[in-house]
Amino acid sequence: MKKYKWLVPTLYIIFLMLPIYWLINMSFKTTTEIINTYSLWPQKFTTENYVKIFTDSTWYMGYINSITYTVFNTIISVAAALPAAYAFSRYKFLGDKHLFFWLLTNRMAPPAVFALPFFQFYSSVNLFDTHIAVALSHCLFNIPLAVWILEGFMSAVPKELDETAYVDGYSFGRFFFKIFVPTIAAGIGITMFFCFMFSWVELLLAKTLTATAAKPIAATMTRTASTSGYELGLLAAAGTLTIIPGAIVIYFVKNYIAKGFAMGRV
Amino acid sequence: MNKTINQKAWYFVIPVFVLVAFNAAIPLMTVVNYSFQETFGNNVFAWEGTRWFKQILLSERFHASLGRQFAFTFIILLIQIPLGIAIALTMPKKGWGVPVCLILMSMPLLIPWNVVGAMWNIFALPDIGFLGHSLNAMGFDYNFTQQPGDAWFTTILMDVWHWTSLVVLLSYAGLNSIQPAYYQAAEIDGASRWATFRYIELPKMKKVLTLAILLRFMDSFMIYTEPFVLTGGGPGNTTAFLSIDLVKMALGQFDLGPAAAMSLIYFFIVLLVCWVFYNLMMKNEAQS
Repeated sequence: MKKYKWLVPTLYIIFLMLPIYWLINMSFKTTTEIINTYSLWPQKFTTENYVKIFTDSTWYMGYINSITYTVFNTIISVAAALPAAYAFSRYKFLGDKHLFFWLLTNRMAPPAVFALPFFQFYSSVNLFDTHIAVALSHCLFNIPLAVWILEGFMSAVPKELDETAYVDGYSFGRFFFKIFVPTIAAGIGITMFFCFMFSWVELLLAKTLTATAAKPIAATMTRTASTSGYELGLLAAAGTLTIIPGAIVIYFVKNYIAKGFAMGRV
Repeated sequence: MNKTINQKAWYFVIPVFVLVAFNAAIPLMTVVNYSFQETFGNNVFAWEGTRWFKQILLSERFHASLGRQFAFTFIILLIQIPLGIAIALTMPKKGWGVPVCLILMSMPLLIPWNVVGAMWNIFALPDIGFLGHSLNAMGFDYNFTQQPGDAWFTTILMDVWHWTSLVVLLSYAGLNSIQPAYYQAAEIDGASRWATFRYIELPKMKKVLTLAILLRFMDSFMIYTEPFVLTGGGPGNTTAFLSIDLVKMALGQFDLGPAAAMSLIYFFIVLLVCWVFYNLMMKNEAQS
């Protein structure tokens, strides 16, 4: 039995790759070929779908918009979560446990519940259709997540580190940025990965809060699908391109993923 | 870790508190506001008391979508948790296989949700999709846009494809934290493979598994984009889960009162289940 152990993960990976292959396969076909013939690989190989995306600004701006608000959100979430996670991991204070659970409840809130109020709220403060609105709205679930992961990593650092630094005459600020932050650098990396991931894949809020100027690529895809018939080839190419940023990010954090999941209690 | 009591720690929490309150409390108050009133447009409101709550709680439509939601969440948990554990157990522990497995398995987690839906739509179409075409070629009468059973099968398969990796990664991390000494002891005692799993690996994975179940429960209970793109809630209403139904009511029909009441009931159910789980988890942590 031991000999065939590798079969399970191999079959699983094949199962994972099949739909992705099918998407890539479609993206190199013309729409007429997709609709009229069934084939396991492109008969008439074409890159025109990709050319269209890279030359049409409504398409490539979608990518730029998505990446912009995702990066904004990652920076805001991690910057705000760092001191809070430190407080939760080191100190007891009035209402700390309730506050922690309250934060987590926001990770549990269905975005569908918040879609309409967010639309009205961000419209009333004149932030509708801006990158910052989407970045702020994604804080709803990313900040609790960031606090949760970072708290896990920080609790793993012994408190003696802090105490020794203070004895050595470090001020809090110097200790935090010169010693503490480098110590949990891996944890910060993991946190950024998860913030990036959840902001990148979310669509409901991003779509609700944007019209044209900050429209995410995913929304461009759904709108194109409904307005100009079903341009499957183009849709497949756009979909394939959305996989790339995620793949790049995974490559950089591959060694931390499994560890980060466990330590950070994600 | 023994923590010091320090009320000034609140200053550290203020940025998070403000940002989340800004994002959660204010919109939630809007929802509460709508749930007790009737709107006539132009900011004209009339007090309705608990009418919307009664209407939703008694409506067959809500019962049906809630039932579908629980069925869906239950089925995917039943598949993903054991499957995830099995894959984690058989994954390589060292060598080149580890990064290859981790990278390839994480891929589905980082694909935007509507792309997942669109991808599965193309993949499962009966005439041009690989899955649909293959199933029909094998003699099955498969068409997920027409037959409710096939729509459910496809939605569940898609979710298994999308999220099993999360359970795998968590279980794998849990397994990796077991000291080799435990396995050596088991070997000396002549423990069977099953006994090793039951008495060593499973208890050690308890914490990450609780977490996996909690996360999968939360996320599958809120599922919206993927089934919306894949089936649009159809055929008919057979795959209209809670979020799909809610968005239809709020943004499609603009029935703000009932939609707000439904939101609150919905949120309350998620909170209740998660609160129970959270307490279980904290209890586990206190014990270990």
